[in-house]
Amino acid sequence: MNALTLERIGHAYFGQSVLDDIHLEVGQGEVVALVGPSGSGKSTLIQIAAGLVDAREGRIGRNFSRQAMIFQQPNLMPWATARENIGFPLRRAGVPRRDRAARIDEAAVLAELEEDDLGKYPVELSGGMRQRVAIARALAVRPDFVFFDEPFTALDVALKRRMQNLVIAAAREAHFAALFITHDLMEAIRIAHRIAVLDVRGRGIAGLRALDGGPGDRDEAEIFALRQRFLECDPLFRHIHDVDERKRR
Amino acid sequence: MKLGSALSDRAGRLLDFVWSGWAGLAALALLAAAWQAGHEAWGDFILPAPLATLDAALGLLADPGSLDLLLLTAERSLTGFAMATVAGIVLGLTAGYAPAVMRLARPLLTVVLGVPPIAWIVLTMMWFGTTSTTVAVTILIAATPMVFVAAAEGIATRDRELGQMAEAFGYRLPGRFLFVDLRQAARPIFPALALALGTGFKVAIMAEMLANAGGVGGALARARALLDVPQALAWVVLSVIALIVVEYGLVRPMESELERWRRAAQPWGVKR
Repeated sequence: MNALTLERIGHAYFGQSVLDDIHLEVGQGEVVALVGPSGSGKSTLIQIAAGLVDAREGRIGRNFSRQAMIFQQPNLMPWATARENIGFPLRRAGVPRRDRAARIDEAAVLAELEEDDLGKYPVELSGGMRQRVAIARALAVRPDFVFFDEPFTALDVALKRRMQNLVIAAAREAHFAALFITHDLMEAIRIAHRIAVLDVRGRGIAGLRALDGGPGDRDEAEIFALRQRFLECDPLFRHIHDVDERKRR
Repeated sequence: MKLGSALSDRAGRLLDFVWSGWAGLAALALLAAAWQAGHEAWGDFILPAPLATLDAALGLLADPGSLDLLLLTAERSLTGFAMATVAGIVLGLTAGYAPAVMRLARPLLTVVLGVPPIAWIVLTMMWFGTTSTTVAVTILIAATPMVFVAAAEGIATRDRELGQMAEAFGYRLPGRFLFVDLRQAARPIFPALALALGTGFKVAIMAEMLANAGGVGGALARARALLDVPQALAWVVLSVIALIVVEYGLVRPMESELERWRRAAQPWGVKR
């Protein structure tokens, strides 16, 4: 039984079709990276999958009990401390008040946050720390499905690497399935079991590539070699770094 | 341990708040100095000395009759203020969510704000007679637009991504409104409330004076009739003090409680 099934998903903004006939399946405990050039409709697709946007066409099968989401921006509430931000989804998730502190601490450890930082407001934290808080917030609900919407795009290379390792470790620890949107092929290879490539114009999934071994098993040389091979020899990835925005007619 | 740190945190903030009163006192001292200079230039009849005025004000406070007048005015302006707050926030939040309502409201606001409060006093006086209702309704009309605009602005300029975040974690509309949107709207609402409160006191005194409805306004009217400048100034001082007590005892502490995080971002020494 798949954790997430997208069937014939289609969407349009102002009569302009942005997604059409998308089929995608994410298995239990599987991390699928969805790559595609900017403007191909990746973000719209993940918003549809997460239930933030209603699709115009198609069917979504969600076979998980608790979802979480990590966005491109940390999207922390500025008036709440890191601790309160991490605890925010717990109220809705029905976690009893007396258990919340323990759940927050547990998530903070997974996201490598320190006790000192938990009392700070987002304005007092650096960009990387804020994204850590956002990760901890997602992990606090003990999700079995996590949506990642280009979460590390705004971070520098070294920080990005650490965050990716953190997600890989958390995915192993917590056994969640995930849909991970990115336009960075290295990131996709590092983090996923399978890579799905979205068509340049959002007309279906152009193709899928299963990767050998689990996330975290591949070393840097392998990842780099795989990326080179994909970019040079695999026609599926030809348009992945096209930067032109979708042309609107 | 947690309770202890929470208590010390609160005590620290309270001290901070009290400490910031020095700046206010300095400004008041400057005003008193200018006042004294005016007194020395123009004499006792035009402008009595600040100390003499303060004496007169204290004398008024000692008299239970005038204390009643002050309380009556305070009660009227607070009633009007409370009505304006509720009406402004409810209508403003609605308008913030519904752009169509906002479009309809804007020209209406221009009309309502364009009519001077004194004209409303004349109208309400004819509608309700010389009662407390006259005063409260005039304040309602004069102060609601400010609160309305602030509340609408707060909702309209909210960070929609935060709402999306809450939705992604399963919060439905009421939860998002309560925990995310309302909190953001509070930020522009509080300065507007302070402004509305000031308007409430001013309009109350004006309405009382014109409608001869007793209270501080009535006392001022009597002082004018008797050309009693010290008495008039003493009443002005007392009503300003009443306003300061309500604003810094109620509105500002609530605001600073909500805006705690903003102070966390400020470096040492330049707070407030």
